[in-house]
Amino acid sequence: MDLTLVLAGVIVIAVIAYVVLDGFDLGIGVLFPFARTTAQRDLMIGSIAPVWDGNETWLVLAGGGLFAAFPGAYAVALPAFYLPLMGMLFCLIFRGVAFEFRMKATTTRWLWSTAFAAGSMGAGFLQGMLLGALIQGVTVLDGHFAGGTFDFLSWFSVMTGLGVMAGYALLGAGWLIIKTQGELQALARQWARIALVATMAAMALVSGVTPLVHDEVAERWFGGWNLAWLVWVPLAAAALAVLLWRDAGVAERRPFFTAIGLFLLGMFGIAYSLYPNIVPPSVTYWDATVPESTQTFLLIAIAVTLPMVLVYTVYAYRSFRGKVRPGQGYH
Amino acid sequence: MDALILSRIQFGFTIGFHILFPTLTIGLAMFLVFLEGLWLKTGNEQYRRLYRLWVKIFALAFGMGVVSGIVLSYEFGTNFAEFSRATAPVLGPLLAIEVLTAFFVEAGFIGIMLFGWERVGNRLHFVATVLVALGTLNSAFWILAANSWMHTPAGFEMVDGQFHPADWWAVIFNPSMPYRLAHMVTASFLTVSFVVAGVSAYHLLRGIATDAARKGLSLAMWMALVLAPAQIFIGDLHGLNVLEHQPIKVAAMEGNWETRAGAPLLLFAWPDEVAQANDIEIGIPHLASLILTHDWNGTVPGLTEVPPEDQPPVAIVFFAFRIMVGLGFIMLGLAVWGAVARWRGRFYRSRWLQRCLVAAIPAGFIATVMGWITAEVGRQPYTVYGLLRTADSLSPVAAGAVAWSLATFVVVYALVFAAFLFFVHRVVRNGPEPAPDKRQDAPEAMRGARPVSAVVSPAEGD
Repeated sequence: MDLTLVLAGVIVIAVIAYVVLDGFDLGIGVLFPFARTTAQRDLMIGSIAPVWDGNETWLVLAGGGLFAAFPGAYAVALPAFYLPLMGMLFCLIFRGVAFEFRMKATTTRWLWSTAFAAGSMGAGFLQGMLLGALIQGVTVLDGHFAGGTFDFLSWFSVMTGLGVMAGYALLGAGWLIIKTQGELQALARQWARIALVATMAAMALVSGVTPLVHDEVAERWFGGWNLAWLVWVPLAAAALAVLLWRDAGVAERRPFFTAIGLFLLGMFGIAYSLYPNIVPPSVTYWDATVPESTQTFLLIAIAVTLPMVLVYTVYAYRSFRGKVRPGQGYH
Repeated sequence: MDALILSRIQFGFTIGFHILFPTLTIGLAMFLVFLEGLWLKTGNEQYRRLYRLWVKIFALAFGMGVVSGIVLSYEFGTNFAEFSRATAPVLGPLLAIEVLTAFFVEAGFIGIMLFGWERVGNRLHFVATVLVALGTLNSAFWILAANSWMHTPAGFEMVDGQFHPADWWAVIFNPSMPYRLAHMVTASFLTVSFVVAGVSAYHLLRGIATDAARKGLSLAMWMALVLAPAQIFIGDLHGLNVLEHQPIKVAAMEGNWETRAGAPLLLFAWPDEVAQANDIEIGIPHLASLILTHDWNGTVPGLTEVPPEDQPPVAIVFFAFRIMVGLGFIMLGLAVWGAVARWRGRFYRSRWLQRCLVAAIPAGFIATVMGWITAEVGRQPYTVYGLLRTADSLSPVAAGAVAWSLATFVVVYALVFAAFLFFVHRVVRNGPEPAPDKRQDAPEAMRGARPVSAVVSPAEGD
């Protein structure tokens, strides 16, 4: 068995878990300014207060896992994306401390609400930019980053930034439909539709532009008979979007899980387009990985611990199942 | 300034800031386990009041630890990419296991600990508190294994400039790991003892919730009386371990330039790296030899054993070490003072003791940071001691970008730290919630304790 491929699968799972889980709680922050009352904002933040920290831990696992399993990618991509990564970290700091500070604040509550919303938006936008910059590719010489500080910045990465932010808002709205009722739920249903339109527009743009810019990606999708068996990807995305639009008005749970389906399709498309590169255009998973002794040790550790993580993460979520209660965000 | 020195300052600043919060949460989590366990066992409501007070401070510190910790897991790559590339096969799994067995446990159960008491009941809530505490300890275990390996690398082989694992047991339990782990965990417990003692003393001085405050002060000062001497003893063992594996670091800690027998313990000196000598020296003859070698005329290594380019920045190590040791003895003195006051029956009445304990709240934090500065600056000019130089560890990153991020870190951390202190101060000033039977009489102290009132209060909108 090719252990490199197994490890690549683990990293992809960690990234997916991060994007979906922190995606919905960052999305709550993106939607935060659009709430009508303080009570609504309390409910929104209360719905994620017990789980956001666990969600963000997947980001640490993605970073730590990349360091452990693919240092050749970690050591190239992180210096290449220095500014957007640092910006993302600053945003995550502000929104992370805002949970506790906002709860305890009286006269400065507005300040921490702003920090939470702006930090969430900024983090979502910059994560999208990182995605765009990765698709664009990184200049590498002899396995070392050899590009410029601002290489990440382009109209393409700005577009992916906005797209991911919209996608997070969609996930957040889906979460709120599950966790709230009454007026706030009705608002969330409207937000879900608006975010859906923005997300689909961004996905369509990215899917259209990427093959035009990258010949390899074009070949991968349109060369030979590839499109014949890949055509289900855009079709499934369109079907999910239609389903989500209709569900957003009536269903309770399905919009959230349909939105996750859209994210999975998008990430499949990106991973498939870039494969076998982990950092395009030249660093493959096999170039970037660690010796087999490390791979084995890592995989044993992951096989023992990750199932436990999943079990108690599910338990933690189940402990807070049902509609969010007023005051849940306080202790 | 170039990208190297800026990256070093940034890493030192961000990790020095971060370590304040684990120092608090490792010890505080254990204190909370202790309080909740005592409450479940005895039913004494004072323990529950103390728990409800300290869990608020724990939550604030935990949040700060999370956000400042995420930064570090990315900074290895953004600023020290070549270090990451070289050490990942050895250090990567240790950090990954830390995330999988510590961060997830903490993050999974902190929600239940903070928000789930009514939902899961007393027993499961206690389990959550215990698991969070074990998570913090486990995190310390793996991170200190990784850090110690950078000081005393073992269990590896070099392949094309990369460290490859040869023996995982030797990697994890490398020669300095047990000492460093014991020293850091004890530092955390000792720091928290003085935080709890100081806050309880503050409550007694102000007449806030004196029943609970007496319990807190008593528990904390018993802890301090055991831990302060224990920490000095462990520190001495750790020092001997450093002498064995990193003699040049010990030379810097002692400000000792020439290898000599019967070296004095310098109380003060002004190290001059250009002259490779001290400008001024005030010391106690033979004492450094006695402490380090347990022999009046033992040989103490000197910095000039290696060329200047292989020496650490001497003055920083020398002074940081002295501040740490000085604070350690001040904490020991306070613990003894407390024991004497207790013996004479004036423990809860001695206002001077209480004032000094309030002043000593930061002592453990400062000592811990100074200890880390001693250890990490003393490791220079290497990231992996003797094998990988810091200058060869750097990322290909522009100095301007690092200058920007460093400046932003300073501003952002100053802001959130000020807010953190503000909110901790508010929690401390409000004191524990009133005991249940008195609740109706004290609406003021209920703020924050009874969430619904805060939610519906129209004056506090945003």
